Amino acid sequence: MSIRPTDALERGATPWLFAAALATTLPHFEHQPLWLSALTTVLFAWGAWLWWRDERLPGRWPLALLVAIACGGVLFEFRTLFGRDAGVAMLVVFMAMKLLELRSRRDATVVVMLGYFLLLTHYFYSQSIPTGLWLLAAMTLVTAALVRLHGGAASTPAATLRYAGLLMLQAVPFMLVLFLLFPRVSGPLWGLPQDAHNGRTGLSDQMAPGNIANLALSGEIAFRARFTQPPPARDRLYWRGPVLEMFDGKIWRQQAARPRPPQIEALSPPVAYESTLEPHQQRWLLALDAPGTLPVDLALENTLTATARLPINQRQRFSLTAILDYRFNPDEEQAVLKRNLTLPPEINPRSRALAESWRREESSPERLVQKALTLFSGSGFSYTLQPPVLGENPVDDFLFVTQRGFCEHYSSAFVALMRAAGVPARVVTGYQGGETNPVDGFVVVRQSDAHAWAEVWLAGRGWVRVDPTAAVSPTRVESGIAAAMPDGEPLPALIQVRANWLRTLQFRWEAINNAWNQYVLGYNPQRQREFLSRLGLNDPDWRNMAAALGIICGLMLLAVTGWALYRRPHLDPAARLWQKALRRLARRQVNCAPWETPLALVRRLEDERPDLAPAVMEVADAYLQARYGDQPDQLKILRAAVARLP
Amino acid sequence: MGLIAELKRRLFRWQSDGSAPLRLTQRRIFVLPTRAGLLFFVALVAMLTGAINYNLALGHALVFLLAGLGLVGMVHAFRNLHGMVITPGRCQPVFSGDHALFPLQFSSDRAMPRLALQLQAGADQPTVTTAVAAQGLAEISVPVTTSRRGWLELPRTRLFTTYPLGLFVAWSYLQPAMRCLVYPRPRASPLPPLQSAPRAGEQHGEDGQEDFSGFRARQPADSPRHVAWKASARDGGQRPLLVKLFAGGAQRELQLNWSLTPDTMTVDTRIEIIAGWVMAAEAEDACYGLRLPGREIPPGSGDAHRHRCLEALALYPE
Repeated sequence: MSIRPTDALERGATPWLFAAALATTLPHFEHQPLWLSALTTVLFAWGAWLWWRDERLPGRWPLALLVAIACGGVLFEFRTLFGRDAGVAMLVVFMAMKLLELRSRRDATVVVMLGYFLLLTHYFYSQSIPTGLWLLAAMTLVTAALVRLHGGAASTPAATLRYAGLLMLQAVPFMLVLFLLFPRVSGPLWGLPQDAHNGRTGLSDQMAPGNIANLALSGEIAFRARFTQPPPARDRLYWRGPVLEMFDGKIWRQQAARPRPPQIEALSPPVAYESTLEPHQQRWLLALDAPGTLPVDLALENTLTATARLPINQRQRFSLTAILDYRFNPDEEQAVLKRNLTLPPEINPRSRALAESWRREESSPERLVQKALTLFSGSGFSYTLQPPVLGENPVDDFLFVTQRGFCEHYSSAFVALMRAAGVPARVVTGYQGGETNPVDGFVVVRQSDAHAWAEVWLAGRGWVRVDPTAAVSPTRVESGIAAAMPDGEPLPALIQVRANWLRTLQFRWEAINNAWNQYVLGYNPQRQREFLSRLGLNDPDWRNMAAALGIICGLMLLAVTGWALYRRPHLDPAARLWQKALRRLARRQVNCAPWETPLALVRRLEDERPDLAPAVMEVADAYLQARYGDQPDQLKILRAAVARLP
Repeated sequence: MGLIAELKRRLFRWQSDGSAPLRLTQRRIFVLPTRAGLLFFVALVAMLTGAINYNLALGHALVFLLAGLGLVGMVHAFRNLHGMVITPGRCQPVFSGDHALFPLQFSSDRAMPRLALQLQAGADQPTVTTAVAAQGLAEISVPVTTSRRGWLELPRTRLFTTYPLGLFVAWSYLQPAMRCLVYPRPRASPLPPLQSAPRAGEQHGEDGQEDFSGFRARQPADSPRHVAWKASARDGGQRPLLVKLFAGGAQRELQLNWSLTPDTMTVDTRIEIIAGWVMAAEAEDACYGLRLPGREIPPGSGDAHRHRCLEALALYPE
């Protein structure tokens, strides 16, 4: 109790603010430039030291200088002060600086608000379950700092944390209702900065030896699919990415899209599935061959690659169908066929000579395909993630010298041979296979399932898929890469796990993550509409939703207020037992006046109801002992005495 | 204006006569966002925009959790005041220019402490802070600056709290019927000369009580009025109490007479001069009487006598 002149910051609140600042900035150290982390650390340490020694905080000029230095650094590093990464860097610097001018309670409030804001920025980088949990803890800490700030020294650390936890707990129902019912808008509201999405792995639009082998080293999930019926067999799961038609002897590239739509003749009923794509910054969708009807905002290229209008830079869901047996473009344009026969002159002479010799022996394209596959399945060729380096004529080197390669080597060599032999052929990249998670039934396709195969055009049959890798290593297509690779290959730990319990654990964890992605992170306007229609609100407009939201939040606020107003009548346990005894006596037409003490009641009963008096006397004695005596076990005696009342 | 004043009077009045304990109920407690609360709201809107723009599902969740936190914080600020019982206490007189302190006793029967309760008796008055422990009591004195002598009523006092989150302020107006006597500010000036006037009245008798001549140990029959408290305290209370000895003879006393002050001065200044005399006479352990127009206090000394004189001065009409 003292007269407080201003709202000067109390010394004991500062450590809480430091803890809040640390908890909200520390995770950013992982991805921000080193000098920034170092600067932040120095500022933190300086602030802590000043607090420890109780010394004066730096004046305005040193701080202004520091701000200028930091802004200059950010500008130099990111070439801008705005945008995502630069903005986050500025926030981190401001937070560290604010700790050097903690004078009043208002400064402290700014630190707390900055802390809340910084919490949001972590979601730019990760929205996984661990991040969510960590940020929940950090938010509790920031809230505790706020509670401590206003509660003063009377608020002990444990009580402060407990109170912050209680507040958070009571806020959770509001969060749930708002999350489900707040009218969702699909972003972005304005053009995102250049750096909004970056650093994602996936297939690229060209293929050089080694590309896919590198990708196969990653256990990251590329996409997940859920089939309405049981999923097709693994060796039929070819997920088509970009089709590569241009070859310069080393690198395969895509040809610009053509307007003519593909012709697909379905030979089997379509299979429906829903695919959840991880962001890969490209427009293609990795649809199961061959894609059937597509949603309106997607397009099917002439090469059968399904594409979205914009690059997929966040996790997205698509409802698709696939026709597993199909006939594709039996009357292909001559220009396309001609392009798919082109080979760069003067490169790979030996393989060209081999193909030409085959062509002289065989005229049927089917036989030629068979001849090439026989070559691969024969002795000498092996399937490996660590192929030797190839020279100036990569196909020749591979076919005649090294004979060790990954799927891109086989598909590339196969297509080169076919073209030389006069059969139109091209490389198709994508993913092959996938693993069904027994926990939630989703087919999970990883980067390690990345694959390259070939397509040849046969008169009357159109483009036909040929997978030369299957010729050299049939297990790759049937059971996946982990089974196909000999021991000692540097596969990612996750996909080569063979211990059963670990496998189960991995399935569980991925199923939880998938549920999190599908239902929490993937809760978009469309999901919200589905959810509301399941609640019986068909096609609600935002006014109805806002009204419903207001009513529900109001009711919850009333509930919390009711809790706040409720005063638990805290009666002494002995007094409670005495009240119970009085209620019992009331049933026997004995009423105790409010002014009557227990002993007065007993004296009156001795005259009026001698039958009851001894029992009541016992209760009254025990009550007085329990209430005012110092024996510890009197309550038990009282309870027994009350129970003995007639 | 009249209507608003009437409304305020009805809304914020104390129950009954203002001396009984008051329990704060929901009707008396008001809640509004603070500046920090408005800043928080603006920050939430900015964060929500960011979450929508970058399509961050967890960003939405964070903003909604913070919004819930704000709402819950509002209820908790209200709860920090709700159900508290406030009992007015008694005020000690103060000199004009000092802070009058109006003691209030807060009692809480809740299982959680109530922290950061602030009291302010008007916009230009200092703010005091207190806390009430779980199921505990706390006493706090509301300071009010004084500038004039006489009775000072406790102005309408704002009891407010921003605990726990500082985003909302919950407040209630208290106006218990409490008043504090404000003595005039003593003005230092030389004492008037001692008068050797014969004293009327028998109560002081012939023993002589005016001329101080020394000390002796106290005997049980001695009046406590004559104990030389200051002299006795000098030795840390080790020796027996001393009483003052007065030589007999002509009774001499100090008459603090209104007519001794220059009549060119204002009433208040003259009152302040006399108050200064009272303090000086008391400091010298002298026996003094007070004579004001229409009021006369026979000579005497001691705290009660001093209070009687200062009260008469404080309440002397302008």
